[in-house]
Amino acid sequence: MTKKFDPKENYCHSKEKIGYVSRKEATQETYDRIGFMSGLEVHQQLKTKEKLFCHCPSGVYNSSDDYDAELIRHMRPTLSELGEYDGTALMEFKTRKQIVYRLKNETACTYEVDDTPPFPVNREALEIAIEISLLSKLNIVGEVHITRKQYLDGSIPTGFQRTAIIGVEGAIPLKHKNIRLIQLSLEEDSCREISDVGHVRIFKTDRLGMPLIETVTYPDCANPDEVKEACDYIRFLNRSTGKVRTGMGSGREDVNVSCRGGTRVEIKGVAHTKWIPELTHNESFRQWALLHVREELKARVPNSGIWKMDHKQLNPHNFNFRYKPLNKAKKDHIKVVAVNLPGFHALLSHFTQPGKIFADEISDRLKVIACIEKPNMTHTEAFKQIISRKDWYKIQKLLKSRERDAQIVFWGPEEDLETALETIEERCRIAFEGIPNETRKSFENGTTVFERVLPGADRMYPDTDSAPIPLTDDYIEKLRERLPSEVIERYKQMKEWGIPEDTYTYIFKKNLYPLMERIIKDLKLDPCFVGTFFGHTLKFVEGHYTPATEFNYFIILSMFKFIKREKLEWDIAGEMLPVIYKHPKMEFASALTVIKYKKIERETILKTIAFLKNKYREIGRSANREDEKNWIMGELRSMALGNIPLRELSEIIINEK
Amino acid sequence: MSDDFFQGYQGDALEVLKKYNVRVWGQSEIETTRGRFVGTILPRSENDDDKHIVLKIPTGYNVGIDIRTIETMQETGYKKANYKIPEKEFPITEGLPNVKLFGTGGTIASRLDYRTGAVIPAFSPGELYGAVPELADICNLETEKVFAVFSENMGPMQYMKLARAIGKEIENGIDGIVIGHGTDTLHHTGAALTFMVQNPPVPIVLVGSQRSSDRPSSDAALNLMHAMYTAGNSDIAEVMVCMFGPTSDEYGLLHKGTRVRKMHSSYRSTFRTIGDTPLATVTRKGFRHIKKTYNHRRKDHKVEIKPYFSDAVTMLYYYPGMKPDTIDALVDAGYKGIIFVGTGLGHVNKELYPAIERAHAKGVHMYMTLQTIWGYVHMFVYDTGRDMMAKGIIPAGNMLPEVAWVKLSWILGQTDDPEEVKKMMLTSVNDEITPREPYNGYLVYQGGVPEVEEFIRKVHK
Repeated sequence: MTKKFDPKENYCHSKEKIGYVSRKEATQETYDRIGFMSGLEVHQQLKTKEKLFCHCPSGVYNSSDDYDAELIRHMRPTLSELGEYDGTALMEFKTRKQIVYRLKNETACTYEVDDTPPFPVNREALEIAIEISLLSKLNIVGEVHITRKQYLDGSIPTGFQRTAIIGVEGAIPLKHKNIRLIQLSLEEDSCREISDVGHVRIFKTDRLGMPLIETVTYPDCANPDEVKEACDYIRFLNRSTGKVRTGMGSGREDVNVSCRGGTRVEIKGVAHTKWIPELTHNESFRQWALLHVREELKARVPNSGIWKMDHKQLNPHNFNFRYKPLNKAKKDHIKVVAVNLPGFHALLSHFTQPGKIFADEISDRLKVIACIEKPNMTHTEAFKQIISRKDWYKIQKLLKSRERDAQIVFWGPEEDLETALETIEERCRIAFEGIPNETRKSFENGTTVFERVLPGADRMYPDTDSAPIPLTDDYIEKLRERLPSEVIERYKQMKEWGIPEDTYTYIFKKNLYPLMERIIKDLKLDPCFVGTFFGHTLKFVEGHYTPATEFNYFIILSMFKFIKREKLEWDIAGEMLPVIYKHPKMEFASALTVIKYKKIERETILKTIAFLKNKYREIGRSANREDEKNWIMGELRSMALGNIPLRELSEIIINEK
Repeated sequence: MSDDFFQGYQGDALEVLKKYNVRVWGQSEIETTRGRFVGTILPRSENDDDKHIVLKIPTGYNVGIDIRTIETMQETGYKKANYKIPEKEFPITEGLPNVKLFGTGGTIASRLDYRTGAVIPAFSPGELYGAVPELADICNLETEKVFAVFSENMGPMQYMKLARAIGKEIENGIDGIVIGHGTDTLHHTGAALTFMVQNPPVPIVLVGSQRSSDRPSSDAALNLMHAMYTAGNSDIAEVMVCMFGPTSDEYGLLHKGTRVRKMHSSYRSTFRTIGDTPLATVTRKGFRHIKKTYNHRRKDHKVEIKPYFSDAVTMLYYYPGMKPDTIDALVDAGYKGIIFVGTGLGHVNKELYPAIERAHAKGVHMYMTLQTIWGYVHMFVYDTGRDMMAKGIIPAGNMLPEVAWVKLSWILGQTDDPEEVKKMMLTSVNDEITPREPYNGYLVYQGGVPEVEEFIRKVHK
């Protein structure tokens, strides 16, 4: 180790060298330079009563400690029908995880735990999936084939997910371009993970088997904002049917990202669409950085085929380790191993993501593949050194390291050491090739960590327990008849109506358009008023109050009908809404009492204007007509509300002398 | 071999493929009224209709294309799948026991078949090692495919063939025998081998799987490991069934071949010892014996092989209102033995008496077993029972109905003499009738009962 080498400085230097800029500074040129490419897999739970392949209730959840029984499974890789083992499958097998499932009688039957074959597919779910496929302009298949998609992480007790393609090759329109769709599938949801520590992973089975659709796009998005826009469109399209679940976890996204020369990396389970831009930005640069690492390595080690790392088990008593986890090795069954990585000097601290370096890529894999909990390693280029310079010197001597090498020291249970060494070697070897095919877990700060090796198409095989389901033209046409209007059409209509654009997200998210359209058409209300009433007033009310019982948006239609019947002015709706929202069962007349409404004749109100004008002249602080109007409006507001349109009143005040 | 190009396709779908010159495993582009589809043509299950073509699309999924929507299609490439588990030579380790694995078919050794879309017995036992390499740490394995049939097609011929093959291996000094078998009739075979292979010096272990080995959560691998470990190391030299204890991947149970029964159509822990406790539990680390008495492993190579079986024995599952002509028909058809599966303590209605008398007069051997599965036949308690005994029906103790059928078939393959038959039927070869039923030989938990729920919550199912 050279004395002058400063890992932090190296991190900053490498960050600069690859041309990293923050997302705020980035422009389309930035993304064109690194060849940003991204696509989506949008998951959406369907609102059905029962699960997809059994008759358990859908959407009933229980807390992690609330269970009736536990059972244990281990997953083994199998061959796909094309005769190959899948890469992920082999990795998962290496991890030798004990999978524990917690069952609750109410939400799981023998199907969920793979002790009973599937029942025929839930028709309600199938039809919703076809409807959404039609809305997504997909080519609907002639026959639905239930396929098994292997998941050896234990998230599904069978070891595979039953899934089926409903349509292929579609498109969704964004504001400035179309995004092509690869396919839409109907599938069963997986278990929820409770914990994953060492060799034990615990799941609960309440969500398992709930019907879910997955919409997959081509990598047509050319910058992070387009990815979010596409994601929102798909989510809004799904919600426009009114037949999908909303709320926490009901919609989840996997985002595929690559840069030029990079590889498709899948960021799994992004919980909020607003995280997407930062995540995709960072991932494209992580790949860009790894490509730079590759170039460095190629220059240093021309023949990567003969690259080999060396390792030595360390006797902790021969070193002066002060760091607690390392010291544990003196007593527990923890072993300490030092590894020499030839040619990796100044690469372990190479920038990968904001605040992350190449060494983190290794540490993440040690946790996932070798099941060694973090902290599991340190290295010669760690920002914070936990091994003294003197000890490092000893280790380097032991490993016969040379100047261009870097060293890792890791620790873990003896039985995991072999896998750990394989894992380190594998990750370093991939560095010579570029970017590993992997799925990554996302964090709110926009960074990601290794989750597992990206599975390929090799993990699909036919479900021998289910017969194919033919979809005839008649059947599809019948479903087509009940489709809602398209999101893009709704968008255009709202623009035409002059509804302010800042209301659209809320309106689409809550699928309020059909209700708004009814109010506008049936009650002949001003569309702009209705748009802002939903997009501003309702949004505010929903964000600030809690309803006593479930608030159904259709109450708003009844409220407007009531206002019309009582011949009140529309603006009273804004006063009534908070009351009605808090007490959905309250009668509208009572709501009027709560807001202290009194029927006052228009003329009576107008008559007071002259009086107030005089009064203002007496007590008003400024002669400004606007101040005068505002004061008078303030005096008259409660009296006028519902009896005379406030805008009209304000105009009368201004015009009256 | 033009048929090979269109595996499973028939009728209209076959015509369409021929018309456009597209083969199974051909990469194809299909234009339809519903849009364009691209992928590899897959074989079709013969039981499915002739209106669809199966396509594997580039993302790995399968879809069906309705041939009535096809406007045109074209083959652009061809790649035949090669479905094979890497077959490796089984390593021999000094000091490990030598175990023989007999393959009979069934889901423990199976793969997918595209013509039928079903799981078929097709892995050679040798390929098993490619799928379960851990076996090499347990024993030195030799394998032999005796025959390949589905569990439900196992029958007398197979029992006898297996018994002889086992006899030969024992003579050659094998340390233990494992038989891979479909689960449906695993217990029938368990009983048959107990009678046909008497006093073996080594364990003979029957094993299967409730989830086919083509799925990641299959119980096949663990069952196989448990069975191999038992065959190689167990001190119990009997015919046993080795299958999951709980549905969890935890331990296997060793059941006596004569007292075991499949009790659930799909659960992993479907096999239960009836009217007694299992012999032992097994993991890859060792055994926990439950029954204290059993036949111990011996060093000699002696065994009595008695490969006899008559196909003139039938079973009659009684139901209220059963008419005598059912019995008459069986007797007229030439059946020499009838195992009655009676209600309660072993009863049938009076209406059947004349037919029973007639059968008895014709020399038909009749034995009574129970629909209750658990418990003993007690024909002295009620008049009905005494009447029936007088008319020639012999109570078979707590012998399981299937076991009684196997045993009577085995006996009638050797003798016809009523006294001899009776003596053999009622003398246990290996606990098919037990002199006593332990209190924990009947345990059927009732779900929902608080103390049971508490137990289930604590213990892995």
